[in-house]
Amino acid sequence: MYRYDEFDRRFLEERVAQYRGQVARRLNGQLTEEEFRPLRLRNGLYLQLHAYMLRVSIPYGTLSAEQVRMLAHVARKYDRGYGHFTTRQNIQYNWIKLDETPDLLADLATVEMHGIQTSGNCIRNITSDPFAGVAIDEIEDPRPYCEIIRQWSTLHPEFSWLPRKFKIAVSAALQDRAAVHVHDIGLYLKRSEAGEVGFEVLVGGGLGRTPIVGKVLRDFIPVRHLLSYLEAILRVYNAYGRRDNIYKARIKILVQALGVEKMRDAVEAEWAAMDHTPLDLAEETVAAIVRQFAPPAYAAAGADDEAALAASVEADADFARWVRHNVFPHKQPGYAVVTISLKPLGRPPGDASAEQLDLIADLSETHGFSEVRVTHEQNLVLPDVRRGDLAALYRALAAAGLGASNIGLASDIIACPGLDYCSLANARSIPVAERLGEHLAAREEEIGPMKIKISGCINACGHHHVGHIGILGVDKNGEEFYQITVGGSADENAAIGGIVGKAVPSEGVNGAVDKLLDVYMRLREDGEELPATYRRVGAEPFKEAVYGAV
Amino acid sequence: MVLYKNGAVVTDPWRHLEDDEDLPQVGPVTISWKRWLSERGSIARDPAELGVRAPNTVTAAEIGADAHRFGLIALFFPNFGDGRAFSQARVLRSRFGFTGELRATGSVLRDLLQFMQRCGIDAFEVSPRAIEENWFAALSEFDLFYQPAADNRPWIARQRLGATP
Amino acid sequence: MTTGSTYQAVTANRLRDGVTVYFTALGAWSTAIGDAAHAEDATDLLAAAAAQPLEAVGAYVIAVEKADRGLRPVGLREQIRAFGPTV
Ligand code: SF4
Repeated sequence: MYRYDEFDRRFLEERVAQYRGQVARRLNGQLTEEEFRPLRLRNGLYLQLHAYMLRVSIPYGTLSAEQVRMLAHVARKYDRGYGHFTTRQNIQYNWIKLDETPDLLADLATVEMHGIQTSGNCIRNITSDPFAGVAIDEIEDPRPYCEIIRQWSTLHPEFSWLPRKFKIAVSAALQDRAAVHVHDIGLYLKRSEAGEVGFEVLVGGGLGRTPIVGKVLRDFIPVRHLLSYLEAILRVYNAYGRRDNIYKARIKILVQALGVEKMRDAVEAEWAAMDHTPLDLAEETVAAIVRQFAPPAYAAAGADDEAALAASVEADADFARWVRHNVFPHKQPGYAVVTISLKPLGRPPGDASAEQLDLIADLSETHGFSEVRVTHEQNLVLPDVRRGDLAALYRALAAAGLGASNIGLASDIIACPGLDYCSLANARSIPVAERLGEHLAAREEEIGPMKIKISGCINACGHHHVGHIGILGVDKNGEEFYQITVGGSADENAAIGGIVGKAVPSEGVNGAVDKLLDVYMRLREDGEELPATYRRVGAEPFKEAVYGAV
Repeated sequence: MVLYKNGAVVTDPWRHLEDDEDLPQVGPVTISWKRWLSERGSIARDPAELGVRAPNTVTAAEIGADAHRFGLIALFFPNFGDGRAFSQARVLRSRFGFTGELRATGSVLRDLLQFMQRCGIDAFEVSPRAIEENWFAALSEFDLFYQPAADNRPWIARQRLGATP
Repeated sequence: MTTGSTYQAVTANRLRDGVTVYFTALGAWSTAIGDAAHAEDATDLLAAAAAQPLEAVGAYVIAVEKADRGLRPVGLREQIRAFGPTV
């Protein structure tokens, strides 16, 4: 993984010193709240219902063991002993005190971490495939390019005060595990016919109030020109994006208003007019970063590994279930990719305690190369586990309450913090997720792959629009109601779910979801996931099941 | 208001004309962009004595086409969050080679100064509180940058290819 | 909404640590809703609270009602702010 050099380290020290000064100026009254707010947001600090909330950046979801231990330390020293992983591969702490944040950020800086640009109207954390570098269906590891974009976007002097936040995702695999279609810019790594590495560029995807699937802006931009092309897009957006209405300020609205052809013309014209040379990436620059992501020294598969694994699967039904759902193929023979579920039944989705984080850091050393990944589905990944070690790993995880075997199933629910923490919320998300997960667990294997996503308001941090089943909290005269959508998808066949009818009260959610699942299971054809069934049969059968004849 | 340029607080040599004020025979003056558009055919003035105050809704290309006629272009930041003038500044410097004064006006706050400077702004119109609170220290808060901008300072990706620090 | 037993109080988050606080009759901030000054109309309370920008952030008026033991906010959002997350 990428390790900081002298430049990165000194830069981060300068950033912490700057922030320390900003907090001091706020506390002594030189800065008003209005002036301070955009400054703290650019370091990831929000003011929520009960306290400040700090969002720590996890660039493209990759962490070292040392960094995971630091996240545990922060949870213990500055919070209440736990953290919450988000749908953008970051971690949030819910009980932070403003006057302690400069020290907190200084602690993070010792392990090359920060909260820079995890909030505010700037270029946010670059997200990517949690299986990057180990996936079997990958063209090339996308993380070096994420790192190049991360560095370029850090404190960009021209694009730090955009009309609205700006999210970039990069994927390099056939299966899209980074939701690139619902980002402001989505980049698909590919090779030209001449073998040159570059990207297909999607623009204008996003969720929120106006969910839109991104459109292709350019078929191929070579890596060399990646940054100048991104600058051209950002410059067009900075000049023409709407600033009069916060709900119409994302680039997707600009693309919608202009049409993708005019948007393309504007970007191409800007790109043609600018001098690329200062931003063109020299081959050595790219190569030096690519080298940092070189594959680790894998060992040859042990002769007895497979036999031992098969025996453990045979002997232990719980382990067998975990292998079925939480273990994924690795491109290196003898290794597996393991997803650790942060969705145990009846617990807030995506939460991890300091003790669990410490354990995961240890396990990433005993079973891997000291690396941990965060998924946008709020789980963690150990990317390099020897297949012969899976049983031992499972026992260690299960003993710490981390043995849930539900990845990709109905109880692997994505949920935002909702009204229990978030000041923008209309309704709670976490209790709905907890109840629904417990309710569906018994038949989740029978249901099969199922993505349920819950947001506490239209900002859609829980990605409800792209859930196979999406649940959106709404407020009706002070009562919590939930609007249900069906058929959404965030993968390479991205689709926005359709609303099935009027919102249901909190206690009606489980029943409504049951009915939708019954319809799906009755009508699905071989191996079909819910979005495919929905595309084939339409919305009517689903509506009818929940609301009667329509 | 206080004007800061070249490392010092200076008195503003420019007169800023209302649209109905006549252009004086001599002396540096600025006019609004609107007035420039309607009178540019008839204004023949040494660029050293002509400046324009541009709103942030005009494209940089439009201003840039006339930039050689001005000795000063004043850009406007209506509030903390509206960053359009950063792009205007950078394009005026980098693409149109504007070498006159680029002045930041409006909501010019401490924590924006170094961003502005990197985009090519070299004069800052700020509230007097800037002096008491030592805002200009912010111009050197960072000495390492991750991207090229209009200030021609080296960026980290280039520095890495050179010597180690 | 000042009918019957519903009153108004003023709440905010404390600048230093973000904790939920209520404006008291003594013109200070308290973390306990029971200490909140309440009135039919909290306009004056809000003005007094806003004069202390260094103590608390974003003061606003909420509806409260008398409960068995002191005051209780009306509405789930303010109840969660007053008594903590439900999970
Ligand atoms: S979706 Fe709404 S309630 Fe949920 S975290 Fe985002 S802003 Fe808060």
